[in-house]
Amino acid sequence: MTGFLTAGIVRTALEVGLIYSLVALSLFISYSILNICDLSTDGCYTLGCAVGAIVTIAGHPFLAIPAAMLAGICSGYVTALLQTKFGVQSILAGIIVNTGLYTVNLAVMGFSSNVSIFGTDTIFSLFKNLNSSGFWKDWCNLILLAVIVAAVCLLIKWFLGTTLGLSIRATGDSPAMVRASSINPIFTITVGLCFSNALTGLAGCLIGQYNKTCDINLGTGMVTIALASLVIGETLLGRGKMIFRILGMVVGSCFYRFIISIALRLNVPTEAFKLVSAVIVAIAIAAPRAKQLIAFKHKQMTAMQERKSMRGDKANA
Amino acid sequence: MLKIEHVFKTFNTGTVNEKKALTDLNLELQDGDFATIIGSNGAGKSTMFNAIAGSFYTDSGFIELDGEDITFTPEHTRSRYIGRLFQDPLMGTAPHMTIEENLSVAYLRASEHKRGLFSHVSKSERDKFREQLSLLDMGLENRMNHPVGLLSGGQRQALTLLMATMVTPKLLLLDEHTAALDPSTAAKVLDLTKKIIEENHISCLMVTHNMNQALELGNRTLMMNNGNIVFDVKGEERSHMTIKDLLDKFEENAGKALNNDRILLSTKEGV
Repeated sequence: MTGFLTAGIVRTALEVGLIYSLVALSLFISYSILNICDLSTDGCYTLGCAVGAIVTIAGHPFLAIPAAMLAGICSGYVTALLQTKFGVQSILAGIIVNTGLYTVNLAVMGFSSNVSIFGTDTIFSLFKNLNSSGFWKDWCNLILLAVIVAAVCLLIKWFLGTTLGLSIRATGDSPAMVRASSINPIFTITVGLCFSNALTGLAGCLIGQYNKTCDINLGTGMVTIALASLVIGETLLGRGKMIFRILGMVVGSCFYRFIISIALRLNVPTEAFKLVSAVIVAIAIAAPRAKQLIAFKHKQMTAMQERKSMRGDKANA
Repeated sequence: MLKIEHVFKTFNTGTVNEKKALTDLNLELQDGDFATIIGSNGAGKSTMFNAIAGSFYTDSGFIELDGEDITFTPEHTRSRYIGRLFQDPLMGTAPHMTIEENLSVAYLRASEHKRGLFSHVSKSERDKFREQLSLLDMGLENRMNHPVGLLSGGQRQALTLLMATMVTPKLLLLDEHTAALDPSTAAKVLDLTKKIIEENHISCLMVTHNMNQALELGNRTLMMNNGNIVFDVKGEERSHMTIKDLLDKFEENAGKALNNDRILLSTKEGV
């Protein structure tokens, strides 16, 4: 791993990929399981980061985690309330909440567009201080994040197997069936969105502590990135067993960060990054279909040529 | 056990598309009654089912189930006591969930088996599911972990039937639940339906477009027209009726001939 991709670059890609995978998992619940496009992800991610940063600055890096998740739950609850009780279309509900969150986020950060948490303890710095060996200093962030993400994956796997989790899956899979089987879709949608946004809040909190800064525009484009990870994950690991679908989100997210790292190494200017992200998403989503299309075109061409040569034979004969 | 009193429902009130779907609908169903329902296109058969199941609230009138007023009870609460099958076999099950997961969701309907929100399917429940599936005689008990989307329409409808009756409902609503199936599968699902209803003494309403079924199945036949029940027959009188009698009765009571294209088609075949 020398030369083009150094160990450091791989490590950073994995670390950020793991944090982003929490957002992908959040979208997995809202988009894949509940079949709802929750576009409040951008704002909710920033909200988690802002709340996390403020609590961390106050000296409670661990408390920051449940605080950020709680903030995410509140945001998810509002989104759910709008679409279940008041009949706002789900996409619109997400956009409305997302817009409102911008101001909320500014307010949380004390009406400044940037908060720095340099000089205070974060969960990463506390974890780093546990051991002073060189290896530990290099890899502790990755280990901590891997533990957190693994725990979240197991939690989701467990949750989706419970009575409540199955009801949530049924809500997204077959609305007619849900209505005929004494599940209250308002309740399941609300719980599902709260859970998914809690994960987004957690991701925001972790990225804030990881980067030691929070910016009001941090979340812009997050939903696209998470969607890219989700699609890549589904393409790589398929749509089979639940545990593989969950792990697919993590793999997809890390894979996405690798592509970005490579783009960085190729000296793509940072201004072009959003475009690169968008192109990756488009390619990832379009790839399976494009493959089919190419295969079909090929088949068509062969068939046409065969027919032409047969006609030629007839004409000659 | 089911009592519908003066129920009215109008859709798109005040627009050119205004449709009076139910007009002064009255029905009283006795415990253990199995009534078949026939009627013209747009007579309000499905609308009546939707009103009973709670897909919408009625404009006026009352609905009672087992002495309890359910007029304003939300749909998901009613579905604890009311099982329902639709014509479309795809509607009653979740395609991306396994057979076991579908059954487990249906099992929630049990009010007496109140399970915690975070409980998992237990071994004994799984055995119970397997045992019930084997009664369908479709080999589904060996495919518990297959997604339901892989099953055929008939298998899915049989599964839906099992899900709707696993916890015995007070009332079962069947909305042409065999109409979309091929004849042999339809016959099988219908046999199952009869068996389950008889064994559990479930009160049942069944919409059909098959005149033979309308007279042979159950103990009572209802005919609907313009959002109303125009003819209600049971007992001795019903047992002597022929399809022609039924069609004549309809014309007499509704003031016009029965104009359900599918009924007419199936009648031609049958008679």
